[in-house]
Amino acid sequence: MNLHRFLRLVRLGIKTLLLHKLRSMLTMLGVVFGVGSVIAMLAVGTGASEEAQEQIRRLGSQNIIINSVQPQEDQSVERVRMSIYGLTYDDERRINETIPSVSRIVPAKLIPSDARVGGRQMELRIVGTTPGWFDLVERELLAGRRLQESDMTGNSNVCVLTERSARRLLATEEVLGNRIRVGANYYEVVGIIRSESGGAAGGVQTPDQEIDAYIPMTTARERFGDIVVRSREGSRERSRVELHQMVVEVDHIDNVQSTALAIENMLERFHRREDYRVSVPLALLRQAEATQRTFNIVLGSIAGISLLVGGIGIMNIMLASVTERTREIGIRRAIGARRSQIVGQFLIETIVLSSTGGLIGIAFGVTIPQIIEYFAGMPTIVPFYAIALSLGISVAVGIIFGLYPAIRAAKLDPIVALRYE
Amino acid sequence: MKDIQTQTDSDTVTAATESEAMVRLEDVRKIYEMGSEQVHALAGVSVEFGSGSFWAIMGPSGSGKSTMLNLLGCLDRPTSGRYILSGQDVSRLEDDDLSQIRLTYLGFVFQSFNLIAQLTVRENIELPLFYLGWESRESAKRALELATQVGLEDRLGHRPAELSGGQQQRVAIARALANDPHVILADEPTGNLDSSTGEHIMELLRDLNKQGKTIVIVTHEPEVARWAHHRLHMHDGLIDRID
Repeated sequence: MNLHRFLRLVRLGIKTLLLHKLRSMLTMLGVVFGVGSVIAMLAVGTGASEEAQEQIRRLGSQNIIINSVQPQEDQSVERVRMSIYGLTYDDERRINETIPSVSRIVPAKLIPSDARVGGRQMELRIVGTTPGWFDLVERELLAGRRLQESDMTGNSNVCVLTERSARRLLATEEVLGNRIRVGANYYEVVGIIRSESGGAAGGVQTPDQEIDAYIPMTTARERFGDIVVRSREGSRERSRVELHQMVVEVDHIDNVQSTALAIENMLERFHRREDYRVSVPLALLRQAEATQRTFNIVLGSIAGISLLVGGIGIMNIMLASVTERTREIGIRRAIGARRSQIVGQFLIETIVLSSTGGLIGIAFGVTIPQIIEYFAGMPTIVPFYAIALSLGISVAVGIIFGLYPAIRAAKLDPIVALRYE
Repeated sequence: MKDIQTQTDSDTVTAATESEAMVRLEDVRKIYEMGSEQVHALAGVSVEFGSGSFWAIMGPSGSGKSTMLNLLGCLDRPTSGRYILSGQDVSRLEDDDLSQIRLTYLGFVFQSFNLIAQLTVRENIELPLFYLGWESRESAKRALELATQVGLEDRLGHRPAELSGGQQQRVAIARALANDPHVILADEPTGNLDSSTGEHIMELLRDLNKQGKTIVIVTHEPEVARWAHHRLHMHDGLIDRID
């Protein structure tokens, strides 16, 4: 069959379908909904998982993050007693010195605090850390500079603000060079880095929050010590934590798992209680990817079922159409149409039907995520493969479910078909 | 089509002598199995229709005239015997080859017109040309010619339902002519028409016969059969007489 005749058959198919507009539309509906929902679901799913994966990736796939965790029993007992837990300066030193695959380790103290500038006051999280932090946790530097070694050695009263805290605290004023007051001390703002949105990724608290002020570790130890006092609901909660967090950089991505294991073994030996948690972003990433795969399989099954239903709908209508057009088939055969040409005619009709349904479905599938994104604020990504796949599948549905009615049409005996009333 | 070609070659000697006989049936039998019973719809029929002749096949219902027309129209194959059409033995051809024979050599006119309701007059006439693979412009030109020949050039855009019975039958004749067939087979062509319209249709068929077409009609009406040059009377699957 050459292209010219093929196009004429397509035109004939479209014309025949247009004779029964309502019926054709209702027949297409199954495929429209099938394809539309698949793309929409994939878009939402991909959007969510991409966001999660991106957050995890930002933690650094070559990093291991160790957090201090307050043990359960300390949280439940009366709050007057001091709770002593968490990572220690010794842990940091031991990990750095004894595990060869660790290329760098960055500690952090997290101190919830109040900051003042003039009359304004706001809650702020003080992060005491080393300059290495800014290498491991990649954040764009918006203005000024990052913390330096000289800040460490000099116990300088300097801080780097996140963009968000800079805006809230200093509003319209000149930010760099300004001084904010935390507790009894003033800190000069030397730099601003971009804030990260989103708090937790895959159960790991991201190393930074939106409203942070980074100060040198040495300064933090000197000014704040290791005891954090938090007033909560009238009671005062005191805890002594040397380090709240450590970010460990591993020399090679292949060593991440083994290093994490080594760190856990070491911590187990020196801690009487499990007052820490080791998180491996890489493992979380793998897990997120696996989850995504499972999600895709589930989605694929749903898609398969809905398209199956759509296909059965098409087959049903085409079988009715074949019966209805028995005489037409007889006439065409008597005139000299070959069986294969009858098959072609009916098959093209179903393919036109299903692929038109597929195209409409794609239009829906692309639009719905936009609406979801607009109203629900969920990030969505319509993957290109979803569109290509849907179109391919809807054509396939047309072929698979159109073949049987078409063959039945072609098998009709022309003599019987011509007599059919 | 290769099969047909080889067959034609092997029959060259006879083909020359057969050129006068457009249609030749040699001891053709058609047996249907009805449960355990065998029905001899055609019980051994031999007849020749010459090129450019005009035949009427007559007989009561059940006499085998419809079976004969189906065989002549290559819509069915004989159980035994040979059917030579335009010098080719078509009695053992495969389904696709029979389609090709119908498309090339035959034109059909039916009692109930059998136009496709969804298509316009022009599209109905063009139907054989579609399967012959004609270009649409050529095909439209041919459809106009044929419509003019049957006097319906101003009805090309109409649907069959918008035409009278006589007009519909004329469209059917135009369609039967589209592929320039050797033989036109008509099954009770006036059966659904009043007598004066029927007369017009028969005049049209007679004119076509005068132009050289071989025409075979099946009818039970003597007035219709009178138009033909030869009348073949069937009875119980056999030729009763020819006059």
